[in-house]
Order: sequence, then C-alpha cells, then structure tokens
Amino acid sequence: MAGEFGNPEVVEESVDILLIGGGMACCGAAYELMRWLEAAKKDGHDLSVKLVDKAAMDRSGAVAQGLSAINTYIGTEQDPADYARMVSNDLMGITRDDLAYDLGRHVDESVHLFEEWGLPIWKTDENGERHDGSKGMTSLADGGKPVRSGKWQIMINGESYKWIVAEAAKKALGMENIEERIFIVKLINDKNDPNRIAGAVGFSVRENKVIVIKAKAILLAAGGCVNIFRPRSVGEGTGRAWYPVWNSGSTYSMAAEAGAELTLMENRFVPTRFKDGYGPVGAWFLLFKAKATNAFGEVYMDRNKEMLNDYPPYGAAAVPASCLRNHLMLKEMKEGRGPIYMDTVTALANLRKTLSPREVKHLEAEAWEDFLDMCVGQCGIWVGENIEPEKKNSELMPTEPYLLGSHSGCCGIWVSGPTDVGAPTEETEAGVPEHLPSGWNWGYRGMTTVNGLFTAGDGVGASGHKFSSGSHTEGRMAAKSMVKYCIDNKDLTPELDTSVEDLVAAVYQPVKTFLEYKDYTTAIDVNPNYITPKMLQFRLQKIMDEYVAGIATYYQTNAEMMKIAGEKIDMLKEDAKKMRAKDLHELLRAWENYHRILTAEAHLKHIEFRQESRYPGFYYRTDKNFVDEENWHCFVNSIYDKETQKFTCFKRAHKDLVDKSKLFK
Amino acid sequence: MPTFVRTEKCDGCKGQDKTACMYICPHDLMKLDKDGSETGHAMKAFNQEPEQCWECYSCVKICPQQAIECRHYADIVPLGGSVQPLRGTDSIMWTIKFRNGVMKRFKFPIRTTPEGSIDPYAGKPEADMSKIEDTGFFVTCNGYRAGNPSELICK
Repeated sequence: MAGEFGNPEVVEESVDILLIGGGMACCGAAYELMRWLEAAKKDGHDLSVKLVDKAAMDRSGAVAQGLSAINTYIGTEQDPADYARMVSNDLMGITRDDLAYDLGRHVDESVHLFEEWGLPIWKTDENGERHDGSKGMTSLADGGKPVRSGKWQIMINGESYKWIVAEAAKKALGMENIEERIFIVKLINDKNDPNRIAGAVGFSVRENKVIVIKAKAILLAAGGCVNIFRPRSVGEGTGRAWYPVWNSGSTYSMAAEAGAELTLMENRFVPTRFKDGYGPVGAWFLLFKAKATNAFGEVYMDRNKEMLNDYPPYGAAAVPASCLRNHLMLKEMKEGRGPIYMDTVTALANLRKTLSPREVKHLEAEAWEDFLDMCVGQCGIWVGENIEPEKKNSELMPTEPYLLGSHSGCCGIWVSGPTDVGAPTEETEAGVPEHLPSGWNWGYRGMTTVNGLFTAGDGVGASGHKFSSGSHTEGRMAAKSMVKYCIDNKDLTPELDTSVEDLVAAVYQPVKTFLEYKDYTTAIDVNPNYITPKMLQFRLQKIMDEYVAGIATYYQTNAEMMKIAGEKIDMLKEDAKKMRAKDLHELLRAWENYHRILTAEAHLKHIEFRQESRYPGFYYRTDKNFVDEENWHCFVNSIYDKETQKFTCFKRAHKDLVDKSKLFK
Repeated sequence: MPTFVRTEKCDGCKGQDKTACMYICPHDLMKLDKDGSETGHAMKAFNQEPEQCWECYSCVKICPQQAIECRHYADIVPLGGSVQPLRGTDSIMWTIKFRNGVMKRFKFPIRTTPEGSIDPYAGKPEADMSKIEDTGFFVTCNGYRAGNPSELICK
C-alpha cells in the first residue's frame, strides 16, 4: 500500500464520461452507453468512461437486498399519459409531465431486458392462476401476462434482481472501467466556466488513496437520503430504515455545491409500512386485498373519507395521493384510536374460502416471499414476535421521513426533459436567477443546469414513481445524452477550479483533525477539538426530528420552529468542519454525514419558502395548514452558493402537459 | 437484526486480504480482524457497526462457510427466532424458526439463466448515430410505448 493514513496516495485520472454510483440508474447508463460509444468511435470520437461505486455493484443501491415487485411496468393496456397522470396526482399535482411521460414510454424496454437476462417474472395463465417466474412461460416481450399487484406493479422473484442487472452492466462496461469502494465526495467546477463540470474527487474506502478524476460529462446517481431524521428505533434498530441507510444525500448535496438547481426539496416520503421492520404493504393491500384498520377494526379510509374533500382535486381521484392516505391514518393515531393494524387474518381467511389447499399453500409462500425477497428484517420481527399472518394481525406505522425522487417522492435536481411532448420553452414566474435555463429542456435529456452534469433515478426531481425499472431507464436516457454532449464538446478540455493539493487536503481533513488531536484526551470519542461523525448525525437527527416535522411532532412544524432549526444547522455546518475520522470507515461516515447536512438544509429551506402544506400526511406547517392552489401550484426550486453557503429559493411555473381532469371522471 | 459471525465457522476467507463479506456489504460494515486486536479472534470477520446494519443479508448469502447469521435487533425484537437462507445458483432456500419453535421452509427461484451467462449485446444491433437525438434506445425489446398523441395537450 503506497499511501499512509496521514499521507494518502494521490491518483489523478482523466476520462470523458464518469458514472458516479452503481445502482439501477448507473447500471442502466452502463448498458446503454457502450453501444453508443462503439458507434461514436466509428465516427472518429474515441470516448473513455469510468464507473465508481462506494460499494460493490452486485449489491449496491436501493435494490441491494432484492425486490418482490417491479413497480413501474406500463404494459400494452395503458398509455404513458395515464402513468404521467398517476405520478402527478400522487405527488399533489406538481410534477413534470414531460419527465414522467418520457419515462413511461421507455421503461418497459428495460423490464424486458431484465427478463431476458434471467430475472424471474411471475405470470398469469389462461385460467387466471399465478405462476412464479421459473416456469418458462411466455416472456413479457412476447406477450406473456404479468401478475399485476396494482395498476402499475408486476410481481417478480427478485432476490437476485440487482445481481442480474449488475452482471449485465459490468459486462457491458468491462471491469477495467469500473472501480468499486471509491466514494466521491465533491464535484469540481471548471476553472474557465463556473457553470460547467470538470471533475470529481473522492477516496478509497479500502486503501489510503485520494482520487481526482477530470471528466467532460458526469452522471451523478448516488441515491436519495436516509437518516437525516431521528429514526423510530435508536439502538441496533437504527439501521432498519425503510430506504437503505447508505443513501446519504450525496446526489443532492454534491449537485447543489456544484451549482445545480434543485427542485421540490420540500417533498419527502413517509411510507406507512409494517411497524419496526418496514416490510412492504403493497402486496397485502393489492394482491391479498387486506384492509388497514384502527384499534377497533374500523377502516380509516372509510371512516375518515370526508377528510379527502379538504384537498380538491387530489383527494377525489380513485386512488388518493399517498400523503393523503397517511393524513387519514394519522387522525386515528393522534386521537388515540391506535394502533393501526393490517388485517391479515381476515384477508387470508377470505382468500381461503375460494382457494384449494394447494393454492392456500402457494399463497402462504407468496406472502412470506414478499418480505424475504426485499425486507428480511420484517420476517425477523414476525418470527421473534410469533406472528403468523393468518393468526395474528400486524401493526402498521408511518416511518421517519426520507428524501428521494424515485419512489413516492419527487425531490431532486431540475433536469432537461424531452423536446417532443409540448413542454414549456420559457419561464413565466419572476425571480428565477438569470443564469438558469428558461424552459424545461436545454439540449441534453437528463442534464442538470450545470453543463456536463447529468443525473438519473433518485436524482431527477419533480417526477417520482420511477422505482427500480424507471431508474434504470433514466440512466439509459442520460447515457445517450452524455455521448452526444461529449461529441458536441469535443474540443473542450476540463480544467479544475481547485488545486489537487487543496482537494486532497479537504477530503482528508477529518483524518488530519484526528491525528492532530487524538492524544489530547484519554477517551478517544470525547475531545473538545473534534466531533465524531456518529454524534454529528445524532445532532442533525435531533434538530430535524424536533423542529422540521419529524415523528416527535407528528410531522408538524411552523415558521418559528424552522427559524430555530436554521440557526442550529448553521452551527452544525460549522462543526462539520471539525469531524474526525479515526479510520477509513469513519472517513466514509464523515463525508456521508456532511452530505446529509446539506440535504437536510435544502429540505428545511424549501419547506420554509413554500407558504402552505402541500403534502398533508407527510408534513404540516401548522401556521399554513392548507393547500393553496392559487399561489402555490408551482415548483419551488433553489440554488446553493458554495461561497456564502446559503440556499436561495424561487418559484417556477407548473404546467399540465396531459389532461388531469381524466383522473376525476 | 445485525449480522454476526460464528467464530468456529469463519475462516477469514483463507487468509486473503479481503473477505467475501467485506467485498459485498453495501454499507462497509464487515471487517477482517487480522491480528485479533479488535475482537480477540484473529483472521476472522466481524460486523464493526451493527446499529447501521440494514439486514440486507448480502453478507449472509455470500459467505462461503455459512458463518454469518442474524440476531434480530435487540432493541426491538424478542430473542429466539431466526431466518436463515441458503442461496444457490438458481434458487434460494429459507429456514424460518419462530421464537415459539414453529418452523417454516420456503424455496424461491432467483434467476432463470446460469450465473455469469449474460451476454449483454448478443443478437443486439449496433447503435445508429443518426438516431442519437431521437427517443428510444439503441435496441428495442418490444417495450417502447409510443402513446396516443392526442393525450399530449400542449403539443
């Protein structure tokens, strides 16, 4: 090992295209990219590529554990416009129809590839009976009928989903173009153009090495953000977040620091899931037809249905927005009629009435597989508490808030959309900073407002409901655009705006701090000269939970609480410079938590700016506890100034590109 | 349920620099204690930050010695249950034991093609540079949904 802990080896590289992340989005990008690079080479453009992942691609990203369903599959029976409508309503009317529609028309292409590569997809036979994906029935591409567990979802045997998708990506890209266990912590702008990307810096989690990579085009797809709010379990159970704990806001914070425009960072997702294990509920609701009730067996969606009328038109759709379903449930909890149950006993008893013993056995296996394929931890809770779902109901609970752009959430980065779906070409709201684009497309699909910086998956804001398949698809779309961008900018030579020496010093500052002060006290973790990444994370979680609508306040906040939170976060940011790292593992945690702080700050500033409560059930501003369609049916976007370290928020106009009234007929 | 490593079963992946569990953990939790200074068990792996474990079972499934198991989160779950997989090349077997002794076993498919057999571009066309700005991908797999143009009300 060449480098030492106090004096890391410095590696400088230069590529045309850099992929940051190894999840579904970057795997999609890798697959699509190489074919276009071959074609470009024939035209005389020899472009190089590299992918870096902070983990191992076989099990990295949100699909690491597997999944029991693919949540976005359009099929032949639905139109991409239907999909765009659903996305919009679930996210309270403010999404980019151009992005959702574009994803909807492309996404099944990726799903068909997954099946070709070996992902088992459940099928329905001509008698309506379900079969698992190993039976060799007609593939989806050839007209096979999937098992729908909802209008958009299809069931899979997805334990090895990520393993399969990663195998295709790794083979496409070639292992010589992949480096695992590299954590990128900062993007670097161009010396000659502050609004252009020039590279990225990170470090190896395995050896004492800092890596500085110059790149013309970068795909930043490093997931959403977990663990900025205090979780409901604070011991060993801290790790049992619903979304993966390794999603640390790197996508949002690094893009913000590079000057990219963020969008809808006020949005969050608070999934209602099986209590403590956060196992999936979709199959229970949709496939097994279970009902969720209060302590007295009353179905709260029926009991409180008038509450949906407070939020027209979003409450009036056949499937009300996710946040509103939480809103109806929270009323029961707040008024003391909890706990909330998933009535698994009645649901399974009803199904048994019409099924043969063989089908009942199959049904039991399906119910367990739903957890085992994607959330083994929930099984852990069921076996520990002796819960057999046919005999005992399970509690449901809304989780702590998460920030993401791929599930039922829409925070993220403002990106260039497709040009052929009628998207606006100019901005009608005043106050958008002048250097930012005016319409919804500026040349390259998936490019952020920083030239050369692209994103996909959780990174793309104002869309949502793309899930695993849609994230893969967005990565593929971005890959094509990056090739085009590199060809169009063939004479560009990126120049870093910061010296390599300064970059290395910044990345390894927590190590330096530790080595300098470690002997000042006898106890390694208690030292006035530094703060451990773990304590810093606790502080962030306490601030966000108590002041920014976490579980402690039933997701409620107000202007005064947010003012206090802002002051506390300012000091936390100052103290973040004093984080220590006693080893490479802690250096990873230090930078993850630095990313979490900026993501949390963006969330706070956006909620503060939006003078309403757009997502009742996800958060409430008690001082503005209404949805104000007249003044706030708009995007809230922001940019971050890395010099002043402040966010500036502004409005962008919303426009429907598909007819939403069809939802309410 | 943080994962734990059975002392008697772990062989530190036979003295290699990096164990299978270290290789795979998405959250950098598994660590090889080379000299035994951290655990008292030299050349064996351990979970260095159990309260950050997502219970994704990646390490459990990959361990060549089946040395890794899970003990359910102690701050949530009563002791005594266990959920243990045996992952093969085309299926996974789960053995589930409840606290009260009830046992269940399940076997589910995990893939329909041999591991390592994917040939990503076999039978696929080359990309057509004249179409790089069009919608769609370099290859179509019968999954492009063009949509009804009349749905786009601003076009």
